[in-house]
Amino acid sequence: MASWIPLAGLIVLVALVIAQLAVPSSRAWVWKVAAGLGTLELAALLYFGLVWAPPEAFMSDVGRILYVHVPHVWACLVAFTINVACAIAYLMKKSWRTDALAEASAEIGVYFGAIGVLMGSIWARPTWGVWWDWDPRLISTTVMLLAYVGYLAFRSFTEDPERRAAWSAAAAILGYVSLPIVWFSVRWWNSLHQVQSTGSTVDKPMRAVLYWGNVTFLTFLLAFIIKRYELARARQSSALELPPVQAPKTEVAV
Amino acid sequence: MLSPQPAIQLDDVSKRFGSRWAVARLSYSLPAGRSLLLTGHNGSGKTTLLRMISTATFPTAGHIKIFGAETREKREELRHDVALLSHASFLYEDLTAAQNLTLVAEFLGLDQRKELVASLLERIGLTSRADSPVRQFSAGMRKRLTIARLLMKAPKLALFDEPFGELDPAGILQMENLLRELQAAGTTIVLATHLVEQGQALTQERLHLDQGRRENP
Amino acid sequence: MRKPRISLLRASWLVLRKDWMIEWRTRARLTALIFFSLSTLLLFSFAMGPDIEALRRHAPGYLWLALLFASVLSLGESFRVESENQALTGLVVTPVEPRAIFLGKVFGNASLLFGLSLVLLPVAVALYDIDLSRAPLTLLLVLFLGSVGISAPGIVYSAISANARARDVMLPLLLFPVLVPLLLAAVSATRFTLVPDAQDQLPGWLKLLTAFDLIYLSVGFLLFPKVAEED
Repeated sequence: MASWIPLAGLIVLVALVIAQLAVPSSRAWVWKVAAGLGTLELAALLYFGLVWAPPEAFMSDVGRILYVHVPHVWACLVAFTINVACAIAYLMKKSWRTDALAEASAEIGVYFGAIGVLMGSIWARPTWGVWWDWDPRLISTTVMLLAYVGYLAFRSFTEDPERRAAWSAAAAILGYVSLPIVWFSVRWWNSLHQVQSTGSTVDKPMRAVLYWGNVTFLTFLLAFIIKRYELARARQSSALELPPVQAPKTEVAV
Repeated sequence: MLSPQPAIQLDDVSKRFGSRWAVARLSYSLPAGRSLLLTGHNGSGKTTLLRMISTATFPTAGHIKIFGAETREKREELRHDVALLSHASFLYEDLTAAQNLTLVAEFLGLDQRKELVASLLERIGLTSRADSPVRQFSAGMRKRLTIARLLMKAPKLALFDEPFGELDPAGILQMENLLRELQAAGTTIVLATHLVEQGQALTQERLHLDQGRRENP
Repeated sequence: MRKPRISLLRASWLVLRKDWMIEWRTRARLTALIFFSLSTLLLFSFAMGPDIEALRRHAPGYLWLALLFASVLSLGESFRVESENQALTGLVVTPVEPRAIFLGKVFGNASLLFGLSLVLLPVAVALYDIDLSRAPLTLLLVLFLGSVGISAPGIVYSAISANARARDVMLPLLLFPVLVPLLLAAVSATRFTLVPDAQDQLPGWLKLLTAFDLIYLSVGFLLFPKVAEED
């Protein structure tokens, strides 16, 4: 796979995002295109990842799980970043759209993160000999995942839409802030204790497949988030409509 | 005499709790210098409206202006001028009556707090219980203490949510006198109560709420 | 305005002192909290068995876990007091600046945890055979920084979960993930005040602790008004 192919996929993806955001008339079909495109890209990824790419030098065929594991974690982090951006935006200026997008991105992010961490664990078993290890990426993703599971539970346990939006935004920001601190502290802990390096010097053709995987799952991320966002908006709309103006028969004379 | 700004102006105010509307598309204007009687059944939105006017919470839609100042934008300033006597006493159960009052005096930046607290306790007849924790108080005593808490503030606008509840007959008389005194001193009163006759004797305007909307009584 | 205003610092101090007063007046609850953490320490030593080497090695971890579990109780209690009679709303409309409430309550809770850790230390010496004489002042600093670090995000989470359903589960669910780096740093820093610090790692962990505290104090300071006000 030539290295420009993932780049082309990325450009298409960005174009879809721009269409969704900037061209209202395109909103009916963007998610369908993203879902269809994602399916095709996934088919290509299966071929490139399982057949075309040579086995990894140290990990042999086990290493192929990286082509889906890493993209899942990436999609998860992108989703959480969208979520925290929405949280900040909501606190600065109340808007039900940002709250709906926050809800959508958190839920989809937890989905990708859970699959990603699970696959990372499957990969770790034959590679490191353990299911779980003090790898900064693994730990910080898991911590984020836990924080967002708490976030979603909190959302479902708070009834009032306004308080839910404001409070969950605060919870999201506090959780996201921990990401770099967790990363840093675990890496540091590791470097002091000299555990094995995470050893993933990926060769060039493999890197192209990895990037292709990233594009594939980011395309799915787009489709999922749009769909989930529409669902959140539909749920909101019934709750957010103002009550009708008073009927004229109840004209008041004081 | 009358300042040009209405004391309270409700501008298409709605407030949602969960999935129901406690106050719905309410517009009303209370002229300066007049006091208001707020009536309606339980759950008609009286408490919510008072909480919004006191800046404890804010409308989901619409605007409230107090003496011309929008509650959301001018909350800091308004909170010095508006006081609320609510169902919830705002008291700390584990602190004594005197400690609760002193705390408020300190937050308000008042001087001569000891004397002030002593005189307020005297006024509400709780001097002998000054050092008992609120947890041991009866409902009526809590109400009295809550009144002292409100008086501490010397508000321009005082909101009373069911002030006569839980009070004995003597207490009700005292409360009526207090409301008259406040009005005589130039405080605008909003009184939410089921005791319509007593309320009408104390106020000039009336607003009747039904399911969060303005209705004929 | 015609009425005097008090400064943010003064208001924070008043909130802190109010929390101390309530703590003092409900010292029966405080005693229960202390015994809860003591029995946590004891349970760890039972769970590990009589291997004194292992106990000594893991003592910092047990100490911080005991504090962490106690903090869930103390943070929950801190806002139970405020939601009773809607006292928090009362403070906000008094008016007290929400940021002052945040600072006051963070340091109120932190001082409680710090005090608790001082009670736990001698018990840890007895149970785990640790040596406190190596760097006692640094140890106190670590305990203090750790207590502030638990309280800063804890107060915000406690404020939002106080009104949610299932609040007793919500608080740890939200709080614990965020505290992972703090736990790591506090346990490591504590360890190097107890055993020889061959690679000079202590300053690094202290810096991390301080950074964690400062980050969460500032984020909480900015966020708390949005949480405390029913906007």
